Amino acid sequence: MYTATFLQDPDFIRSLYIVAFALFIIDLRLMNHPRTARTGNVIGAVGMGIAVIATLLIESVGDYGLIALGVAIGTAVGVPAARSVKMTAMPQMVALFNGVGGGAVALISFAEYRESLAAGGNPELDALIPILFAAIIGSVSFWGSNIAFGKLQEILPGRPIQLPGQQFVNIGLLAVCVGCAIAIASGTESEALFILILVGAAVLGNMFVLPIGGADMPVVISLLNAFTGLSAAAAGLALDNVALIVAGMLVGASGSILTMLMAEAMNRSIANIFKGGFGGVTVAPGAGDGEAKPVRSTDPADVAIQLAYARKVVVAPGYGLAVAQAQHTVRELADALEKRGVEVLYAIHPVAGRMPGHMNVLLAEADVPYDHLKEMDEINPEFPQTDVALVIGANDVTNPAARSQADSPIYGMPILDVDKSEAVIVLKRSMNPGFAGIDNELYYDPKTQMLFGDAKDSVSEVVSEISEL
Amino acid sequence: MDLLTELTILVLAAFVGFEVISKVPNTLHTPLMSSTNAIHGIVLLGGLYLIGPADGFLNNFLLVIAIAFGTINVVGGFLVTDRMLEMFKRRD
Repeated sequence: MYTATFLQDPDFIRSLYIVAFALFIIDLRLMNHPRTARTGNVIGAVGMGIAVIATLLIESVGDYGLIALGVAIGTAVGVPAARSVKMTAMPQMVALFNGVGGGAVALISFAEYRESLAAGGNPELDALIPILFAAIIGSVSFWGSNIAFGKLQEILPGRPIQLPGQQFVNIGLLAVCVGCAIAIASGTESEALFILILVGAAVLGNMFVLPIGGADMPVVISLLNAFTGLSAAAAGLALDNVALIVAGMLVGASGSILTMLMAEAMNRSIANIFKGGFGGVTVAPGAGDGEAKPVRSTDPADVAIQLAYARKVVVAPGYGLAVAQAQHTVRELADALEKRGVEVLYAIHPVAGRMPGHMNVLLAEADVPYDHLKEMDEINPEFPQTDVALVIGANDVTNPAARSQADSPIYGMPILDVDKSEAVIVLKRSMNPGFAGIDNELYYDPKTQMLFGDAKDSVSEVVSEISEL
Repeated sequence: MDLLTELTILVLAAFVGFEVISKVPNTLHTPLMSSTNAIHGIVLLGGLYLIGPADGFLNNFLLVIAIAFGTINVVGGFLVTDRMLEMFKRRD
């Protein structure tokens, strides 16, 4: 009896919450190195377990049957999804997970508001304001994430979808949500208004992701991640739950940092990305038309010789590599070269892939050791000592126009300086320009050779040529 | 707890978050996102807390879904992060 009351002591439960959020911070702290990250993840999971147990100890918590039902549904959906998802599909998975997190917050805030109305009226302001905030952000995050998922999964077209005057529509929707929230906060007791907030935010979530092109997805996913975190923190304020406040804010901080890093890596302001339509812009680059310029094309046998007799080869992979599923073949190529004493490194641009760090995961899956994966700032000084830079399925992130042509739309974007290496070999399907629709002058550089074709086929031909040398 | 104490915690947590997360290398940004997915699954606690006192079919229904969503985040997020981190290896 004594132990039972001790366990249900609110201060004991709060202490457990403190332990839980400390473990989350340790988890994120250990994420600073691949060697410790896996332990960190386990520590985070333990923290979550403690937070859940602490909550179940609370005296007023009941309806265990319904709790078990919810947990069972969540486990039945979450575990198989996490076990079976392909690494190439990780951006969709994360988008979906962002979405359900935001959805949970929106549902909780709605239920809490309804409870409060049934109990006699609006909640106190210090709970009501966070509830309204959580409802808006949670709903935007849920619907926005679903659209991002649809685009990444190619259920929806990846190209920007825009309505005329879209920005005004969005501002109008936001005004409706905020207006209803103010009405409730200033004393109106209305479930209908609350539903209007949820619906308005839902439409806003749809409208704000639809105009964003596929290649801007790393920014969108990061931002939605931040939103979900902030909505969770707001729910924590409403429920007086310190674990929710801290955990939500940690996620909010993480999402915000990633959003800024991604926008920086594309040299675009966040506002500019959300105006959307970059992919649809018709760009008229300076420096004449590309048509007449000569391009030097090569064949697998020649590429094999150049690579096999090089001292140092740097691979610059882009999303095209993932699309062609060529990561394993590239690893085979690197193995063959390393056997001959060639040093092989990988130059990873921050936006290579469809989400932050995506390319690293794809290459790690193909058993590329992580100490061979070099970040942009680390690898760029090495290009002048590189014999061959092998560009596979990357385009805009290698375009020297970003450094030199002030009138280029990508001017100022940080790029991989592949053109500073001794020779450049570009694997590309055709001469189509990249996502930004900009001609890449790297292709006309005298030291560049083009190997046209499917990246996977090309690389495996090169591998077999090397084995015959 | 009063709102100002909670806001104090919120702001401090933001600074801790910025400090800790800015040390995560680009290589681990995808696992970082999936692990923060798992951590924001903590909204599950909101569902657990409210469902007992909640009355009526609709409220219970909403909260069961919220608990299910939160659980998807928690179990799915930690599992998929572990799957990814397992792949990050040094040579040999």
